[in-house]
Parts: sequence; C-alpha cells; structure tokens
Amino acid sequence: MNDLIIQKLTERFPDSIEATNEFRGDLTIQVSKNDIVKVGEFLKNDPDLAFDLLVDLLGVDMYRPEGRFEVVYNLYSIKYKKYVRLKVLVDEEDCVVPTVTGVWSGANWHERETFDMFGIRFAGHPDLRRMYMPEEYQYFPLRKDFPLMGIPDSIPLPRK
Amino acid sequence: MIVTDHSKKPQILQALEDADTSITIDDPLENTMILNMGPQHPATHGVLRVLLKLDGERVVNCVPELGYLHRGYEKIGENCTYHEFIPHTDRLDYLSPLSNNVGYVLAVEKLIGVEVPRRAQFIRVMICEMARIASHLVAIGSMAMDVGALTVLLWTFREREKLMDIYDVLCGARFTTSYTRIGGLMQDWTDTCTTMLRKFLDEFENDMQDVQDLLFTNRIFIDRCEGVGYLSQEQCIAMGMTGPILRASGVPRDLRRDNPYLVYDELDFDVITAIESDALARFYVRFSEAKESAKILRQALEKMPHGPIHAQEAKKVLPHKERIYTKMEELIHDFMLINLGIDPPVGEVYQGIESSKGEFGIYLVSDGTGQPWRLKIRSPSMVNLSALPAMCRGAMVSDIVAIIGSIDPVMGEADK
Repeated sequence: MNDLIIQKLTERFPDSIEATNEFRGDLTIQVSKNDIVKVGEFLKNDPDLAFDLLVDLLGVDMYRPEGRFEVVYNLYSIKYKKYVRLKVLVDEEDCVVPTVTGVWSGANWHERETFDMFGIRFAGHPDLRRMYMPEEYQYFPLRKDFPLMGIPDSIPLPRK
Repeated sequence: MIVTDHSKKPQILQALEDADTSITIDDPLENTMILNMGPQHPATHGVLRVLLKLDGERVVNCVPELGYLHRGYEKIGENCTYHEFIPHTDRLDYLSPLSNNVGYVLAVEKLIGVEVPRRAQFIRVMICEMARIASHLVAIGSMAMDVGALTVLLWTFREREKLMDIYDVLCGARFTTSYTRIGGLMQDWTDTCTTMLRKFLDEFENDMQDVQDLLFTNRIFIDRCEGVGYLSQEQCIAMGMTGPILRASGVPRDLRRDNPYLVYDELDFDVITAIESDALARFYVRFSEAKESAKILRQALEKMPHGPIHAQEAKKVLPHKERIYTKMEELIHDFMLINLGIDPPVGEVYQGIESSKGEFGIYLVSDGTGQPWRLKIRSPSMVNLSALPAMCRGAMVSDIVAIIGSIDPVMGEADK
C-alpha cells in the first residue's frame, strides 16, 4: 500500500512531492506548502486511497533557520485501514499555510490549536481563534524559544 | 506589560454572532438570547464552557470554549525523559488512566523498537479493557443522570468501585495508576487480581441486566435521547469522530480489530455498531461495548501465559530493583536510564489505540536524545467535542445535557 501511495502521488504531482520517508512502517510524505490542499483532496477522493479521516493535525517547531516549523497531517483510510502522514515545512517569516478545512472539516479545531501553540496562521480558516490560551495572550507557548516557566505578567488578571 | 482593549468585544462573542443578529436589552423576547453554560456546571462533565445563542428555547448556535484545564502537557513532555512522562498520562483521561498509560508506552516502544513479552501484552489488554468498562460505566451512569435517572449512576459507580479495588491491588493506586513501564509493567499480575476480577465479571452481568431493565424500556429516558444530537455518517467521518460516536453512525472502525496492537488479533470480540447516530444509539453502543470488554477479559484470563513481564533490553528497560541493589551492571544501567533517558533513534512515530472515548494517539518526534523533541497527544475528547455545535443546532436547551453526555468528554484530556 505504501508503494502505491508514493507511486500515485508522484505520477499525479511530480513537482509537489518533496520527499518520502518510511520509519517503523509509518509513511511520511513531504509536500510543498502551496499544494497541500490539492494533494489532500486527491488522497481523500481517489477510490484506491480514500484517506477520508483526518486523525490529527499538529505543528512541530524544529528550531532551524530554514523551514523552522513543520505542519503534520495524520490521515487514515477507513476503507483500507491504513495510516499516512503528510508534512509541510513553514518558514518563520512566512508563517501561513493554506487551510484544509475545505477537505476535512474536522481540521478546524486542530488548526486553531496549532495557531494557538505555534503562531502558524491558516489562510482561509473560517474561525481562527486561540484554542486553549486566553484571547489576549501574545505568545505561542510550544515554540522552543518560549521558556518552560512561562513569562511573568503575560496572563492579565481577570477584568473587573 | 500588556494593555487590554476593553472596548473590543471578546472574539468568542464575535464567533457566536452573525451579521443579522442584534442584541438589544429593551425587549428580550424579540431577540435571540446569549446564555453562558459552564465552566462550572454539573452537566458539562468538568470545566467545559458552552456559549449558546437561543431563540426562545431553541439553540440557534453554540460555541464551546476549551482551555480551563489546560496544563501544557505537551510542553512538559518536551522537558522530561520518556519515563518521566508516564505519570502525566494518568491525568489526561482520568476516567481510564490505565489505557492512557498503555497508549503512551506503546508509542515509545514503537519508536525505540522494543516488544514486550506475551504475558505483559495480555496484562496490558486486560488493563485496557478494565479501563474501558470503568469509563463506560461512568458514561452510562452520568448520561442517565443528566436526563434524570439518578439511580443508574449510583449502580454504575458501585460497579466501578470494584474495578478500582482491583487497580489498588494491582498497582497500589486507585486513580493515578502509572502502571506501565517502557518495555514492561510496574509489577506482575497476581492471583488475588484474578480472583477479584472473576468475581467482578460474575456480578457484572447481573448488574448490567439491572441497568438494562431500568433504562431500555424507560419512556422518559428514550424520549429524552432518541433523535437527539443527530450527526450523519458523512459528517462524522468529515469531522474526524472516532470511538463510540463513529460506531453509532454505522462505521465499524475499531483499531483493536482494524490495526491490531498487543494481542487483540488473538481474541474474539464483536465491534458494536448502530445506525441511528443519535444520543440513544451512542448509549447502546457504550452499553454493549462494556459487555464485549467483559468477554475479552474472560478470554484473556484463560489465555494469559506465565513468563517474564519485561523485555530483555538492558539499555532501554528499567531493571528490577533487587538487582539494582546487588549487581553493578544493573546499577549502571539504572543510573543512565534515570539520569539521561533512553537513546532512541532519530525519527517520528504515531501510535493510536482504541481508548474508551475514541482513538487516543501519541505522536513522537525524537532528535536522538533522552527527551522527546515533540510529544503530541491526539485526544479523542477534544475532537469529539468539536462536533458539539453541529449536534446542538436546532435542539432544545434541555437536550444539550443529553448531547454532552452522549459525547462523554473528559476535560483533562480535551484540554491537555
């Protein structure tokens, strides 16, 4: 199944697939950022793949100069009982990724959480608010340069 | 110093309102009303806050607000070794801590490439199923209580108490178990546990029958739940629902059967589905799943072999305490494992298990050091709660408690 996924994707999107990697049986496909919606739609709608369930969407801060952030999409095919993982790299200066809420509507809260924790914005998201932190909060806690102890006075006292 | 703009409306209210809404205080009956439910509300199962926009008693829109129990576990996880994070997993889904323990160590074992011996695998299956029964008992009881049947809650909590007693004998704690270890378990299953579990299973059938007699033909209960919180199968899949909610919409997805982990492929059980996809169907699915778990427990008790419970990987698995005190080699390994952690390869893995609420997954990114570079918790409660607005639209205010009860969220897990 893994070979089939790689073969189909490289045939259809020769320019979008940047790398593939298999580790402990998990297939990871690195996709260029601007084509993630196209690739996602293809993976969901192709009858031989049918990755219709978005299990998880998350950000990773790799803390490196080029492509600092990764956004990872864990997909599952209910028909073929198979996982696949998509990955896009995001630069710190241009922290915007196209939203996949149009493909899997369940991405809504996951993208809000990723925005809340990493400050990665999702272009076209219907309701990009913070998920866990207060609305007035100005930092992104899961970035590697955010200290574990937190920042003093960063959470304002409740309004009177 | 942060200056807050008090004149600006909070974003959560903006999300609730659409363009044609106007709130005037002059005549409340003419306007839609905004009602704040929670975070301190007995029917929201913890600190869930829901903002409701009401037209009379009908819900026009609803916006759940999470984060009141956010403790930053993913940040904590990046700053402790793989072993040190195990106690934190108890505090995620605190109604089934044992299955969280198992889910976490399975992800770490997949990363470092260790497989535990068969006896440990059987014990892990059994503790997962005990956790599922305990969690479903709370879900059944509290959902019945939310719609007015208090008796069932008392009965299911009485049954759950017996499971808690088994946890107590097994790992010395009733609630925060931390029972699993990477590559093994804290201690072995004992004969006392077997006796207690057999006694529980014998009584469990009767007690479930009592619950069935009380609820399954109860007109009030069925009227309150039937057709409430409907979500079509397509919507369920699109929104990423897992667990009883997805199975109640007719999709037989169960990771225990579809992507077997541990020894689930050797055990015989049914995947319970329903097609109605409403609160009542979810209740039936949970009820029958608890009985299936009892079936699995009986088989696992029969099939469990004797043998070691720790994998033979000296540099990855914590050694036995007695040997640490008497053998030099083990003392060195223990010192290295505790102070520096395991040496995993560089890479990333995802491991999901079928927890009582749905798919509980751990995504680990390793940079080769003793601490995970990134630890992501895929919590089923949070994803399931994201369907609450879709389920609530058009419902009555009193239906909301039944809907939240049928989602069965645990805020410790949803807020991480």
